[in-house]
Amino acid sequence: MCLSIPSRVEEIFPDETAIVDTMGVKRKVSLHLLPEPVDVGDYVLIHVGYAITKMNEEDALESLKIYEEIVKHLEEESGE
Amino acid sequence: MGKVDFLKDFRDKEKILAISKLIKKEIDRPINVMEVCGGHTHTIMKYGLKQLLPQEIDFIHGPGCPVCIMPKERIDHGIVLCQDEKNILVTLGDMIRVPGSESSLAKERSKGKNVKMVYSPLDVLKIAQENPNKKVIYFAIGFETTTPMTASVIEKVLESKMKNVFFHINHVLVPPPIKAIMESKEAKIDAFIGPSHVSVITGAKIYKDIVDSYKTPVVVAGFEPVDVMESILRIVRQFKEGRREVEIQYTRAVTWEGNVKAQNLIKKYFEVRDEFRWRGIGDIPFSALKIKEEFSFLDAEVVFKDILPNKPIDDHKLCICGDILKGIAKPYDCKVFGKACKPENPLGSCMVSSEGACAAYYKYGNLEVYKQ
Amino acid sequence: MKQIMLAHGGGGEETQKLIKELFFKYFNNEILLSMEDSAVLNINSKVAFTTDSFTISPIFFSGGDIGKLAIAGTVNDLSVMGAKPLYLSCSFIIEEGFPFEDLEKIVKSMAEELKKTGTLIVTGDTKVVPRGFVDKIFINTSGLGKVVYEGVSAHNLSEGDSIIVSGTVGDHGVCIMAQREGIDMQTDLISDCDSVWTLVEDLIKGNVKIKAMRDPTRGGLSAVLNEWAESSNVEIEVLEEKIPVKPQVQGLCELLGLEPYVLANEGRIVVAVSKEDTEKALEILRKNPLGKDAQLIGKVNSKGKKRVILKTSYGSLRIMEPPAGEILPRIC
Repeated sequence: MCLSIPSRVEEIFPDETAIVDTMGVKRKVSLHLLPEPVDVGDYVLIHVGYAITKMNEEDALESLKIYEEIVKHLEEESGE
Repeated sequence: MGKVDFLKDFRDKEKILAISKLIKKEIDRPINVMEVCGGHTHTIMKYGLKQLLPQEIDFIHGPGCPVCIMPKERIDHGIVLCQDEKNILVTLGDMIRVPGSESSLAKERSKGKNVKMVYSPLDVLKIAQENPNKKVIYFAIGFETTTPMTASVIEKVLESKMKNVFFHINHVLVPPPIKAIMESKEAKIDAFIGPSHVSVITGAKIYKDIVDSYKTPVVVAGFEPVDVMESILRIVRQFKEGRREVEIQYTRAVTWEGNVKAQNLIKKYFEVRDEFRWRGIGDIPFSALKIKEEFSFLDAEVVFKDILPNKPIDDHKLCICGDILKGIAKPYDCKVFGKACKPENPLGSCMVSSEGACAAYYKYGNLEVYKQ
Repeated sequence: MKQIMLAHGGGGEETQKLIKELFFKYFNNEILLSMEDSAVLNINSKVAFTTDSFTISPIFFSGGDIGKLAIAGTVNDLSVMGAKPLYLSCSFIIEEGFPFEDLEKIVKSMAEELKKTGTLIVTGDTKVVPRGFVDKIFINTSGLGKVVYEGVSAHNLSEGDSIIVSGTVGDHGVCIMAQREGIDMQTDLISDCDSVWTLVEDLIKGNVKIKAMRDPTRGGLSAVLNEWAESSNVEIEVLEEKIPVKPQVQGLCELLGLEPYVLANEGRIVVAVSKEDTEKALEILRKNPLGKDAQLIGKVNSKGKKRVILKTSYGSLRIMEPPAGEILPRIC
């Protein structure tokens, strides 16, 4: 259900649309449902031609930090 | 690319294997986890995650695939509507291959009927502008994720005063079928993985009632394999620590409140139906949306009322989709799985779309298939 | 703008004019110019014979067009049987009103593709049908090739054999999919559409023992491997991370919920060779620009399982199902 993929905002137009890039595939999408403004370079989630949210990079980094700690912790443990 | 690669970083081998080890270390009881959403079923199958998890974790594949749960009589609506040469029926992706009682939209298209498949509902506007003498009917499907797009198109139709666009609304809601399954008592579900992108729109708040009512943890998870693995770890820890909570694992996209702008747009044009029939489960009260009465001139079910059939059509009698959805049966337990019931010719809801539990089992197989 | 009219397929003066001014101009060779009812060929060898019809939409796509495809497709079907492509027939079925300019573009690109392998169109036919009877233009080509390497067969795979692809998969499929009505996505990707004979020739000249070979067109890599597993009664194991996939192909697959392994290729080969020949085959393929991204992607396991197993980088396994039905975007 609800395939949606993070894509980079490439160009923003005055009519609430933008060109986004998903790994080199570009498509025009609507920003009509976005609750917050976005800038070029932001990552947004795209679902059936609409951006539905801006990806929160800080929270993503937070998650990645937790994973790194898990990896590190397990390595230390198995090293003991 | 910024500091985060939103795909690769969440598909990373080292992280997945580390979390896998940690889950195996920490798990202290069997847990039946329902992944509500077909997207998660896909992730689990595609990346073979079951094989990286301890035997205590069992997945039960939920009702979260909007094309699978579509009852035949509603697909028949689409088929009836595309018979008139003055109509163009527009719908999304693999909806067109789902069989109704006797045909599918793909079959009707091959007979020359006017059925168009689009990637985005916005194309409905384009098609309507290009065909001013035709009635363009958008056969709208999807859970909360896909509903605001339909609302957005409705808004654009009203703004531009287009007179030839109509909406056949089949938007369904996530919490009611979860409750229906849990209320059946036979259901063997201990915890839920909450949908990723439904929750982007609705916020994680919609699951609070489920945790409160059934004492089952709900972890809202992203679609990448690391997300699913971390969510399982979080579920394991909730049980270990005696907690029952709604947790958001998918913090990079989901908040407690969700996308309020999208929610308001939905509220502006839609209201809850008294009842909706779910293929494989049956009638569920307040489980779907319809266009508000004040906009009924856009509602295909009202405008074309005289020609739309409304007799419910039962599932195939050998079909055990209902039991599969409740977690009391697996696709392999079904007599017709992979034999009379295949993706090319599905009998039951779970085989209908590539996101259905049976279709995913059929397509990707899993460890059990591999062992045979 | 000049258009193709029903009269151009009528067999009369207009037809003759079209043949002489367009087809002869580009497909110029003695056998064709003799204008007899059939071409008389002299091939003192075992021959391979194949046919294919091309009905692609859009007819012009990035990296090629229906004409290039109609040549490469048939040339490749001969090539992967170890046959040097020699002679082709070519039939056009054209919808009336089709722009002459587009037809010339197509014919010109056919001529260019023929040059790559020295293959000749020696006989042909043109029909023009009323509007709506075909979608713009259909082309059929049949081909004759001289078998220079014998014994290539889908039945030949045995335990330990290596599976090699000559380049990235899904490029052509994505180019076509992206331009489909209702999808409207842009990429800088170009179709892999090309004649693979030189690649095959290099392998043969390099004394690689080719056990099985295919061009993974419709149905993609998955169709070829599943057919091999079935025909040779073996299990094939593929390492997912070894399959070369361009980011744009991955991107479109992410957007539409597809797998790159079921998408069409028009200028790739999949080869099965014995374990000992693996390195040599890879080296030879990579020297040819068409095979620069060649990769060893898997191996043949035990007998009797008749399936293709995909191993993820995390070590989990799943089945690479054979493609079925129309490729539709998985949206919800």
